[in-house]
Amino acid sequence: MEEKKDLQTPEVAETKKAAAAPAETPAAPEAQAKPAAAKPAVTKPAPKPELPGENEIKPRLVEPEALHDEMLRLRDEEKMDFLELITGVDWGEEGLGCVYNLWSTATGKREYVKTVTPDRENPFIPTVSDLWTIAEVYEREVLDFYGIKFLGHKDMRRIFLREDWVGYPFRKDDKPEEQNPLKMENEVLSDTTVEYNRDAEGNITETEHVVFAPEDYMVNIGPQHPSTHGVLHFRVALEGERIKKIDPKLGYIHRGIEKLNESYTYPQTLALTDRMDYLGAMQSRHALCMTIEKAANIEVSDRVQVVRTIMDELQRIDSHILFFSCLCQDMGATTAFLYGFRDREKVLDIFEETCGGRLIINYNMIGGLAADIHPNFQKRVKEFIPYMRKNIKEYYDIFINNVIARNRLIGVGNLTLEQVVSGGCTGPSGRASGWHNDVRKRQPYAAYDRVDFKEIVRTEGDSYARLLCRMDEIEQSLCIIEQLIDNIPEGPFQTKTKPIIKVPAGKYYSCVEGSRGEFGVYLESTGDKSPYRLHYRSTGLPLVWIMDAACRGELIADMMAINGTLDYVVPDIDR
Amino acid sequence: MFNLQSWTSAIHAWMLGMMPEWAAILIECVVVALLIITLYAVFAIVLIYMERKVCAFFQCRLGPNRVGKWGLLQVFSDVFKMLQKEIINMRKSDMFLHDLAPFLVVTASMLTFACLPWNKGGHIIDFNVGLFFMVAVSSIGVVGILLAGLGSNSKYPMIGSMRAGAQLISYEISIGITMLTVVALSGTMQISEIVQQQADNGWNIVRGHVPAVIAFLIYLIAGNAECNRGPFDLPEGESELTAGYHTEYSGMHFGFFYLAEYLNLFIAAGIATTLFLGGWAPLHIAGLDGFNGVMDAIPGAVWFIGKTFFVIFLLMWERWTFPRLRIDHILSLEWKYLMPISLLNLLLMALVVVFGLGINV
Repeated sequence: MEEKKDLQTPEVAETKKAAAAPAETPAAPEAQAKPAAAKPAVTKPAPKPELPGENEIKPRLVEPEALHDEMLRLRDEEKMDFLELITGVDWGEEGLGCVYNLWSTATGKREYVKTVTPDRENPFIPTVSDLWTIAEVYEREVLDFYGIKFLGHKDMRRIFLREDWVGYPFRKDDKPEEQNPLKMENEVLSDTTVEYNRDAEGNITETEHVVFAPEDYMVNIGPQHPSTHGVLHFRVALEGERIKKIDPKLGYIHRGIEKLNESYTYPQTLALTDRMDYLGAMQSRHALCMTIEKAANIEVSDRVQVVRTIMDELQRIDSHILFFSCLCQDMGATTAFLYGFRDREKVLDIFEETCGGRLIINYNMIGGLAADIHPNFQKRVKEFIPYMRKNIKEYYDIFINNVIARNRLIGVGNLTLEQVVSGGCTGPSGRASGWHNDVRKRQPYAAYDRVDFKEIVRTEGDSYARLLCRMDEIEQSLCIIEQLIDNIPEGPFQTKTKPIIKVPAGKYYSCVEGSRGEFGVYLESTGDKSPYRLHYRSTGLPLVWIMDAACRGELIADMMAINGTLDYVVPDIDR
Repeated sequence: MFNLQSWTSAIHAWMLGMMPEWAAILIECVVVALLIITLYAVFAIVLIYMERKVCAFFQCRLGPNRVGKWGLLQVFSDVFKMLQKEIINMRKSDMFLHDLAPFLVVTASMLTFACLPWNKGGHIIDFNVGLFFMVAVSSIGVVGILLAGLGSNSKYPMIGSMRAGAQLISYEISIGITMLTVVALSGTMQISEIVQQQADNGWNIVRGHVPAVIAFLIYLIAGNAECNRGPFDLPEGESELTAGYHTEYSGMHFGFFYLAEYLNLFIAAGIATTLFLGGWAPLHIAGLDGFNGVMDAIPGAVWFIGKTFFVIFLLMWERWTFPRLRIDHILSLEWKYLMPISLLNLLLMALVVVFGLGINV
């Protein structure tokens, strides 16, 4: 019964919107910019649930046997240097498989590859971790949740779940509660790991590798530690005070958000995005809304686009200020830490007034915003811009230009361009090593194509460059806000959507520039009211993964400086 | 100038009239020891309150303001909380060394505390190599810290105490040399004598002008490092080693480390006052007799404590401004800069003394 009703109402809403759409556009005179101009073409035909979303992706199917060669070809010949994401998917009858998102930073071309193995008992896919280092962690994630073993991957341990976990919870036929009763004993972490390979006869061989030898002086940094910014566990082998190796153990606060989403309706899924990267709550939710809107062809008014852009940038400022504060705290400069908090409070006050929330903001909705901006919003933001510009000088005085801080940051934790590209370190951490990866520039969304701002890129690649990069980005964000704040077009803050939102069957991918890198949403829909698979590109996961490379040979104290400047947020890693 | 000696000798004479000498001295010793311990606790409480308020002032905050008027009772309630806490013993720690360590640290700082010249005639331990004794007993604290790390049988404390060992032993060299600079100027190691000279001839920092100022600055840096405070707090290294050498301590055992840390701050500032800022000697300006008379009316203890708290404020300012150094930077700062400079400075001071270039007010 209900189902039928749902089917009826959408049509009504559709037609209404189609009628309303042309009337809306002239109401916003300054909004003759591209997105508004491009959209009416999509909106014209009245019944159009069949139209493909503009962010639909059609991955090319590659057999597992040919996968490695094909990926090698794509990387070397087509210059697909950036492996954005590997998404494990359980396609039921078709089998288990992965979708690979590739993006060429040289040509800007995107490529999607899909591979499937029908064997559900012992699924094997060749690894691409020798081509992109970031695949090491993505493949371990797929192993953890789907049980796909990657041939040639050097470290096939679980990464999020306990090592004694039974089953692979993201498979559609898995019953995690039945197989895994509550365990009262401690988890014993193994010091060895296994590599799978296929020999000449086609048999699977297992090789054992040692992670920590008995003679290593191994120190646990985390899961409860003041500098890991959350519940993150690094096992660190030391040589005196020098770091020999870091092995991150993730998943202490993994909540299975992606799995939960598979049973939620689309509007419900939104609630969880704020709980991932709480310093990028606006952007994460923006990304998910954008993915669903584009996939379901829901048009968003120009006012919403501009407000979303402003909010994203405020969030970025908030995040970068907190980054500065936490870095200072990690390095023992407590006063500078509180200077940052003093200023961040102002941003949070602005959020609070309009959105009601300070950390968990819940502002973006599918088709618009939860509420219109507060009457004071523009005034408060305009007061904030000069205030922040003045106070950022204090940051330089007390910390950034301080000789102790400079000595501790310059030349520490160097990352080369190759390392960050291969390791998928997007955001300011990658840009500090000279990688032009700002999604706002490379693939403008919302209102970013109508504002003038600089992509901050430095070439040093050390911790100090990462710090300066973020400080300059605060300035650029203020610039963006300054350009938009007086030009918020009139219009509705929420497009009427159907009561039950359904996304046409297909695979979709959209990304935004989050506070600490590219935040992407992979959405696979079967046309139902809840997603079949929803996978987030975590902004922090690559940053945690690069820690090992960045910290080797440095001192323990440097590790704090490095993880401070890489700036990850743990709930975003453990989704 | 008020001399405490007249009181103490009067009390001594009165007691001798009632009992044999050994009993009088025994009772006096016990009373003085109780006095030191009380003072020790009172100063710790004052310092903790001061630190919280000063740090809040630097950090655009209010600091404690809920418990009592202006938060005055905050520290008392913290101390009571600390006293109530259970002392937890780790199963695999070396119980004896683990429990001994905090007492060594506290003993060392109490012994040093007893060397401070509170007033004219108001010093407790005073003999001809007083300064030497002070340096010697203050070093016992390092042993306590090393034992804390070893006895805990845990990795963070181990790294923390190794850092502390390297750092404290290094910075003691600078402290020793800067003290020698003053000894060269004064010609004596007796603390009361050093202060008396300053009362008669002007503060050492004026008397010794350039080399004394350099020595004072080096002493402030090295003294801060000796206290494990400020930019040199890496043996604790909160954000790196959670709490460094006292990670595994709880209750009052931890409280002893905490107490010793604050008192060491007071002691470092007190020594700076004694050696450079005239100890209990009042501020005199040559030629202004009326002004000097007013200054003389203020008791010596007020002068000493006032100057000490001024130095403490400087040290707190330093602590709440700078980020933490790294272990290799800390060692290179000592061995490559402070020690050579202070050695040269000692030479300079010797020249000043030999050629009589000092200023006598």
